Amino acid sequence: MKRVVITGAGTINPLGQNVPATLDAMREGRCGISGLEFRDVERLQIRIGGQIKGFEPEAVFNRQQLSLYDRFTQFTLVAAREAVAQSGLSFTDQLSERSGVVLGTSGGGLTTQDENYRVVYEEGKNRVHPFVVPKLMNNAAASHVSMEFNLRGPSFTVATACASSNHAMGQAFHMIRSGMCDVMVTGGSESMLCFGGVKAWEGLRVMSRDGCRPFSATRNGMVQGEGAGVFVFEEYDHARARGAEILCEVKGFAMTSDAADIVMPSKQGAARAITGALRDGGIALERVGYINAHGTGTAANDKTECAAVSDAFGAHADRLMISSTKSMHGHLIGGTGAVELLACIMALRDGVIAPTINYEEPDPECALDVVPNVAREAEVDVVLSNAFAFGGLNAVLALGRA
Amino acid sequence: MDIKQQIIEIIAEQAMLEPSDVTMDSTPESLGIDSLGLVESIFAIEERFDISVPFNANAPEQSDFDISSVARIVEGIEKLVAEQT
Repeated sequence: MKRVVITGAGTINPLGQNVPATLDAMREGRCGISGLEFRDVERLQIRIGGQIKGFEPEAVFNRQQLSLYDRFTQFTLVAAREAVAQSGLSFTDQLSERSGVVLGTSGGGLTTQDENYRVVYEEGKNRVHPFVVPKLMNNAAASHVSMEFNLRGPSFTVATACASSNHAMGQAFHMIRSGMCDVMVTGGSESMLCFGGVKAWEGLRVMSRDGCRPFSATRNGMVQGEGAGVFVFEEYDHARARGAEILCEVKGFAMTSDAADIVMPSKQGAARAITGALRDGGIALERVGYINAHGTGTAANDKTECAAVSDAFGAHADRLMISSTKSMHGHLIGGTGAVELLACIMALRDGVIAPTINYEEPDPECALDVVPNVAREAEVDVVLSNAFAFGGLNAVLALGRA
Repeated sequence: MDIKQQIIEIIAEQAMLEPSDVTMDSTPESLGIDSLGLVESIFAIEERFDISVPFNANAPEQSDFDISSVARIVEGIEKLVAEQT
């Protein structure tokens, strides 16, 4: 089996519009959650979110591109450009045929749908823009990345709600490890912060009106965010041969299904995914120093996740660190695992563990070292990224130092 | 039909029971209503009475709205309806 490394990273999210800005914010424990700004927000009960502000698509894309790029595609391309530039790769000839794109998203072009439903239902118009379909389709972002960088191998989109990005990156990992591809551009993107998107979530009554406080006894729900994270996954020898800078190694991946409930998480399903990722990478439990938690800030997730980590790690659960960066950037749904992978890379490369901010009061059901409020310096050897989706679909990645 | 009877009918429908099986001291759990069922019941009640119920599924016990029994739910809804008129 081939080894897989990461040679490029890119992002745009509520904490920053590139990787260095995002890592600075995570190091400082800054909060990117603020008042939502969009049409009809006054008709919502939930009015906070991790919304990307100060991003001007017109400065990045031309008018023709904007007629085809939903906000989730715009985010993807911004992140992909940063990642591919860092990798130093250009995709020509044979490499182009052995490279592809696998991205995660849950809502795809939800903003485009929302705007156009408004046009036909609310405004009563009988005509919509001719590009509505190619703009809203879930694979639009993956396709535009393939076109921009000439990636002519396998490309597709994965939609598993909150685990979409991790499932996507797991596919990319498998495709390189098996020898099918040399390079995969992978990660995920989400942009659901529009009236219809938030209104739908509001109905489920799991959203907080005042902030995201994972693992804290005072938590009262999740806060949604938007943005993208994109990475260049590359076969190890290929990266070495061209002298590329290796950010870290992708060592293991596992996915499980709870097969139990459409919204309530299961401890067993999560624990099996964690244990599976370690087994897949041949990693001893004791080597894991940090877990980037799913940590949504809901009552159900946080206690179930802590119980799963305790089950999977036994006594070592009390020696590792686990933090939820959703406290800072919110829950990016289908893009969340990708942005959170940046915290994993920071832990491995810079020895900085991103904190769980807004931590106010210990919860006996979440009695792990959640790195409360302030980032910590620590050398770690192996890190995990957890993602547990609605529908009981779990995906855990294990990363190690380059 | 009074508010109490309407709420009992909504809850009974959610629990797939006859209204006569729903008593004032029944709890959502005793009627077999899970968290999703509860959210759906609250939604149906909001639609019926055109009110907004302050209920957070994350922390039902900490919400401003008491759902510990059918009696509590009826009391809460009666108060919200009265406040509205």
